Amino acid sequence: MRRASKKSLSSAATASAGPTKAVSKEVERIDQFFYTYADNSSVMIDPEGIETLCSHLEVPHTDVRILMLAWKMGCEKQGYFTLDEWRAGLKALRADSISKLKKAFPELVQEVTRPSNFQDFYIYAFRYCLTEDKKKCIEIPVACELLNLVLGLQFRPQVDKLSNYLKYQNDYKVINMDQWMGFMRFCNEINFPSLDNYDSDLAWPLILDNFVEWLRENKS
Amino acid sequence: MAGQERRTIDLEEGWAFMQKGITKLKNILEGKPEPQFSSEDYMMLYTTIYNMCTQKPPHDYSQQLYDKYRESFEEYITSMVLPSLREKHDEFMLRELVQRWSNHKVMIYQEIKGQVKDAVIALIDKEREGEQIDRGLLKNVLDIFVEIGLGQMECYENDFEDFLLKDTTEYYSVKAQSWILEDSCPDYMIKAEECLKREKERVGHYLHISSEQKLLEKVQNELLAQYATPLLEKEHSGCSALLRDDKVEDLSRMYRLFSKISRGLEPISNMFKTHVTNEGTALVKQAEDSASNKKPEKKDIVGMQEQVFVWKIIELHDKYVAYVTECFQGHTLFHKALKEAFEVFCNKGVSGSSSAELLATFCDNILKKGCSEKLSDEAIEDALEKVVRMLAYISDKDLFAEFYRKKLARRLLFDKSANDEHERSILTKLKQQCGGQFTSKMEGMVTDLTVARDHQTKFEEFVAGHPELNPGIDLAVTVLTTGFWPSYKTFDINLPAEMVKCVEVFKEFYQTRTKHRKLTWIYSLGTCNINAKFDAKPIELIVTTYQAALLLLFNGSDRLSYSEIVTQLNLSDDDVVRLLHSLSCAKYKILNKEPASRSISPNDVFEFNSKFTDRMRRIKVPLPPVDEKKKVVEDVDKDRRYAIDASIVRIMKSRKVMGHQQLVAECVEQLSRMFKPDFKAIKKRIEDLITRDYLERDKDNANTYKYLA
Repeated sequence: MRRASKKSLSSAATASAGPTKAVSKEVERIDQFFYTYADNSSVMIDPEGIETLCSHLEVPHTDVRILMLAWKMGCEKQGYFTLDEWRAGLKALRADSISKLKKAFPELVQEVTRPSNFQDFYIYAFRYCLTEDKKKCIEIPVACELLNLVLGLQFRPQVDKLSNYLKYQNDYKVINMDQWMGFMRFCNEINFPSLDNYDSDLAWPLILDNFVEWLRENKS
Repeated sequence: MAGQERRTIDLEEGWAFMQKGITKLKNILEGKPEPQFSSEDYMMLYTTIYNMCTQKPPHDYSQQLYDKYRESFEEYITSMVLPSLREKHDEFMLRELVQRWSNHKVMIYQEIKGQVKDAVIALIDKEREGEQIDRGLLKNVLDIFVEIGLGQMECYENDFEDFLLKDTTEYYSVKAQSWILEDSCPDYMIKAEECLKREKERVGHYLHISSEQKLLEKVQNELLAQYATPLLEKEHSGCSALLRDDKVEDLSRMYRLFSKISRGLEPISNMFKTHVTNEGTALVKQAEDSASNKKPEKKDIVGMQEQVFVWKIIELHDKYVAYVTECFQGHTLFHKALKEAFEVFCNKGVSGSSSAELLATFCDNILKKGCSEKLSDEAIEDALEKVVRMLAYISDKDLFAEFYRKKLARRLLFDKSANDEHERSILTKLKQQCGGQFTSKMEGMVTDLTVARDHQTKFEEFVAGHPELNPGIDLAVTVLTTGFWPSYKTFDINLPAEMVKCVEVFKEFYQTRTKHRKLTWIYSLGTCNINAKFDAKPIELIVTTYQAALLLLFNGSDRLSYSEIVTQLNLSDDDVVRLLHSLSCAKYKILNKEPASRSISPNDVFEFNSKFTDRMRRIKVPLPPVDEKKKVVEDVDKDRRYAIDASIVRIMKSRKVMGHQQLVAECVEQLSRMFKPDFKAIKKRIEDLITRDYLERDKDNANTYKYLA
């Protein structure tokens, strides 16, 4: 499988090296595809456009695949796709229509979940939610949603417990990047539910120390 | 002699002559009647041998003469000397030995050393059992072992000492086995000490000095090291029991005995630590119990019980410091044990009051006027000295400092300090113990007060010099330096016009003294003496500035509602409720409240109580102080956050990259002089510094931080 995807990437590279008719046709179709959903005045696909796109793709707009698509496009602002972002993303996915985009999804999911990409995606997901300038943290409910979205598939039990805890505790109202990174490290490194290799003397963010303490208390 | 030819002596002829001499010698040695050798006899014998040994070959008979002499010597030893030794036993054998020894050292030594050693050891064991023995004899015998070595100790060591040590080990091993079962710990120790003393004497009397250390080590090992645990842990008489029963003498003995044994003191110091910890914890428990029996309305007030508690802790310390220095001869292990024990219970606190607060209150009680304890100056000094020493065991020194400052401020500002010298003396002690930084603010406070007194005189002169400015009220102002004093909230209270005038005059005066200084008025710390004209008689009321401001409102109107008072004073509800309570619900009802009840509610209406009177002409209307505890703790927490931040940044600035645990450890170390930061607090500060971009986590190792310059 890996080999196959590599092949397709390299073939895309040669295709773009010499602009052929087929390629420019593809770009044209991708642009057309964009304007189907873009707002005329802002020349962007706005939340409403995304909503429509999702309905055509037959996925809810909160689906993780939409977040993955945004990641693939390198989309900077939550809820808005610019033409450049759209072009970059859809060209890489070789999708110039709803049906092709739909078909590209399984491969996109695979690409994201590859360990080399996943951390990048995970960080992206957090930044994507910083909707205002200079905002450094996301609110607890948003964080829970996001955890569910990005780690829910791989680490269901951890995500459930962590979300419960985050909603229960009063110490923190927001989650910062360091804590966010800590959550992923926790899921990857700590045996669950035994927690036997968790050591609060290490540099785990305090919120995780508290979480583990809470888990251990509730167990006994 | 030259030219004179010497006659050659042949072997038979010469030896026959020698034989005569040997027989004569034997007779003498065996004590038979025989005249002593004359010098002529000697000379003849020696000359003959000399000549026979120096004749030219083949007439040099050196070898033959030597062999023959040995034969006859051995024959004598085996046929005469040894049988005579063997037929005698014990002491008589030894006497015979000494007799024979001077005649035939090496031969006899080799033959008899085993037997001699056994006999000597048997005598030593007899002496150990309390029998009288001839020490001089033993000394003579053992000198043989030393003497035979010609300066080397091998013969003494290998032929005697090793066996003695082995015997000693066995001897005491058997003793210890039964003593440990039969005797109490103190009795056992007395025996052990006595044994050691006697073994030491033994060396002095007849063993070689080099045996002392080895011998004592064996005894110590058998009697003490082997049985340390069962001995020290004897249920009714072991170390704990001795500590419990204050058996100072036995404990001193225990120290003396076990200090000689490698790691022998460790278990004792551990038991000492446990004992002191338990005693201290019991005091905490006791104080806790009596606090919980207190009436609920007095719960928050640190009262006599706490004062008694601190005294008891100090007594406990005095007692065990004496143990350390006397019983345990000031050994570091015991100093450490005492310190660790006190750290345990000194940091517990009693019923919600931290020990830092208790100590600060203790100082306050001693230093303030009308101290209930009626102590002499010397007793006060002594108590201060001791309480400062206790501070060494408190990890939250910063919390103590903050409470102390709060209380010092009250003493200074409300003229409650009993003695300036004591105030300065404790600061000196604190400075010695905790460093100059610790006391600089407190010293500043005391100095401010001195300066303020001087200021006051100048101010009075100023007012006298400007009669047009005289506000008509006596005013005393204490100017405090920001930073030295605890922080006080300042409110924009609406002062009565009379007071505003006072403030203005002082401002004018102050400007003539200094430039570029801003005065902030803290009215909440002020007091006023006001004359109240009641129907029966006028009474002077001593009240706070706030109370006065409230009372003066009634110069303008007879009745005021709660909300009118709040608006006119421009104070918070909490403050107004407190003021009104002190004036209408407490001991002196200067104001009448409608409806009359014990608490203030927003719908109440107040009226000046002109019927009020008291047998005194001057009364103080107390305003209970707000509980400062919470604020002090909050202030200290805030300061700690800054201190931790600063420490982390300092460390990271110099190290650039550092592991989490190492950073935490260094941070704790840096701050330990002031307080013991909690690991969670440090973690929180590190995380905060990450968010503020002072630090970042290493991309590959989340346990390592990098400093971001």
